[in-house]
Amino acid sequence: MADTTVRQGSRAGGAGPLAGLSAWANRNVKWVFTAPALVFTVVMISLPVVYTVVLSFTDARGSIQRDFSFVGIDNYVEMLSTFDRFWPAVWRTVLFTGVAVTVQLVLGLAIALLLRKPFKGQGFVRVVILLPLVATPVAVAMMWLLIFEPTIGFANEFLGWFNLPAQGWISDPDQALPTLIFVDIWQWTPMVTLILLAGLSTLPEEPEEAARVDGANAWQRLVHITIPMLLPAIVAAVLIRSIDALKTFDLLYATKGRGGGSLNEAETLNILAYSLSFEYNDYGMASAVLVVFFVIIVAACLALWQIQKAGRRT
Amino acid sequence: MRMTRPVLTAIATATAGALLVGCGGGSGGGDGGAGADGDGGQLFVTLANHPWTNVVQDKIADFESETGIDVEVTVLGEDQLSDQYNVKLNAGATDVDVMMMRPLQEAKLFSSNGWLLPLDDLLADGGDDWNWDDFQMQTSVTTEEGVVAVPIVTEQEVLYYRTDLLDAAGLEVPGTLEELQQAAATIQQQNEGVYGFVARGQRAALVTQFSSYLYAQGGDWDDGEGTATIDTPEARAAYEYYASMLKDYGPPGVTNMSWKEASAIFQQGQAAFYTDASVFYNNMIDPEQSRIGDTFGVAQMPAGPEGSAPYSIPSWGLAVNQASQNVDNAWRFIQWVTSPEMTKEIQVEGVAGARTSVWEDPEGTSAFPEQLAEVIRTSMEDGVDHDRPVVVEVGRARDIVGGPVIAYLDGQDLDAALADAQEQYQALLDDER
Repeated sequence: MADTTVRQGSRAGGAGPLAGLSAWANRNVKWVFTAPALVFTVVMISLPVVYTVVLSFTDARGSIQRDFSFVGIDNYVEMLSTFDRFWPAVWRTVLFTGVAVTVQLVLGLAIALLLRKPFKGQGFVRVVILLPLVATPVAVAMMWLLIFEPTIGFANEFLGWFNLPAQGWISDPDQALPTLIFVDIWQWTPMVTLILLAGLSTLPEEPEEAARVDGANAWQRLVHITIPMLLPAIVAAVLIRSIDALKTFDLLYATKGRGGGSLNEAETLNILAYSLSFEYNDYGMASAVLVVFFVIIVAACLALWQIQKAGRRT
Repeated sequence: MRMTRPVLTAIATATAGALLVGCGGGSGGGDGGAGADGDGGQLFVTLANHPWTNVVQDKIADFESETGIDVEVTVLGEDQLSDQYNVKLNAGATDVDVMMMRPLQEAKLFSSNGWLLPLDDLLADGGDDWNWDDFQMQTSVTTEEGVVAVPIVTEQEVLYYRTDLLDAAGLEVPGTLEELQQAAATIQQQNEGVYGFVARGQRAALVTQFSSYLYAQGGDWDDGEGTATIDTPEARAAYEYYASMLKDYGPPGVTNMSWKEASAIFQQGQAAFYTDASVFYNNMIDPEQSRIGDTFGVAQMPAGPEGSAPYSIPSWGLAVNQASQNVDNAWRFIQWVTSPEMTKEIQVEGVAGARTSVWEDPEGTSAFPEQLAEVIRTSMEDGVDHDRPVVVEVGRARDIVGGPVIAYLDGQDLDAALADAQEQYQALLDDER
């Protein structure tokens, strides 16, 4: 008993500013512990986003330090109506992402299913397949730029073996985007494979066995058992890859330079915003493009999230 | 001992507080003033990755020991350099004092942004030894705010040609645009796998190298008083000539080519003629990069109806950041590195400078083959002082005026493209008035 009294006494005796702080911290413990992360998020993420939104309603040009005035939604109106590089950039962004992610998903799933069952040399094959993933995107871009070089590159040499005509590949305005989609697929399919392999390894085997006993063939088991059970992993893979693909910059910039090529043939929204801010110093318009881009990405994420929720319910 | 909850929360509070204080204090640390290593104070110098920089970097220690100034050098690639300036100067950074920049690309923009310190007073007090009047191309570094940079590296557009291919065809070095076109056609026909001509074909990159063709035809981007002249008959002739040379005698994929790709084609021996800046001579002759080191020559740009009119410009200059806190040291550095002695030392290493006295000194041109020195000298006399539109928004202007070449190469109607470029460029000029 005495012991308890002493402890209580010492606590009461420490009543001062420190004890007040301690009591306050104790009451608000969830805020205190999350404060560092919250502060970091606000300073490093929210502020730049808010500043970009503010800039998008101004005519800021040349230097941020110069006076600029608020122009309302003028930038958005101009961008959506008269600015002739905006809509093609939106279309290219959607096309690049849609085609690349779809092919990556199909190929990634196929490879994951092949690698699922143990076989001889499995470790080696897995490492080889994952190699493109670990290479830096700019180095990958330079490598493919050389391979697709129309005069001295290997791609045209290869076509020559089969008497096929040489192509322009990345340097040809019509072939640049498809070729770059191919490079993106080459680099990022392994990532989809990796996620789906992880998903496959957690699936129980009983449903598939039961289906086999019931006489379902391999295709039926894949479509009606494996894929529905794998849906959460598939949505996760598509979500991660889509956000990444929408924002692709390094590959496009390293191969096509500023503006996505002479005819803007590989200019996505990201490349366009970069041109507007660093080449034209048109910060108002660049910010407007980025805000719209941000909305598109968030909308895409929400859509995928809805699909996942719907998938869970069934 | 188990920590009680109040103790834990107190620690967390303190940590969060320390973090906050740390964040606030971080930005204040780097601002240099006097009193670093030497007693002469500090100086932040930002330079481009360029042969000029390679020569100068070795000598900066001399400057440091002479003056006691502690020089901190940052070297960046051309594009990164420009982006860095945009970010840093926009933020009012003070860790850039002396900045190496491209006067024709950036001087008007940076100085209208208030980023460059006008140097007129300093130049006037430069002294007889240093002598500002000795510098060429002063108009190219002068903006409405005054002189904003000291030119350090100069270049002209020249014609590179293959001596072996010309000899085999029994042709002289082309002196006119017409002769160039005929020679390119003949050589391409005679040699399998050799293209008659190569030059830059990337929309913005081609503008500077196309400019000498434009001037030779008697054209220009505008009349200097705010009226665009892209749709004049002279300009049309130049656009048609340049674009058709690339289309008929150039390699495939030319719209993706800046100087790196175009000069590689010439270095690999796959093109008979190449027009670009004089500064690439060293790349052509270097056996490590070039297969044609012994079989190429250099000549003045072929003449059009208005004679030969290559650009002759300062490709790089040194400027001082308006927000610099070390202006005296910055100016001292610029005076040292652009002094007649240093200019000569750098030029002897093969980097063309801007001082007349050094060009007149036989020792000053000793690093250049006689043929190249002669071409540079005559090009300087006949030269035009700009190689791109002289406007604030150079980046946007280059995209506009490069457009008609791309349109022609893409098979579109040239006249429509010229009308479009004229309209857009006029709008840009009106906007800047």
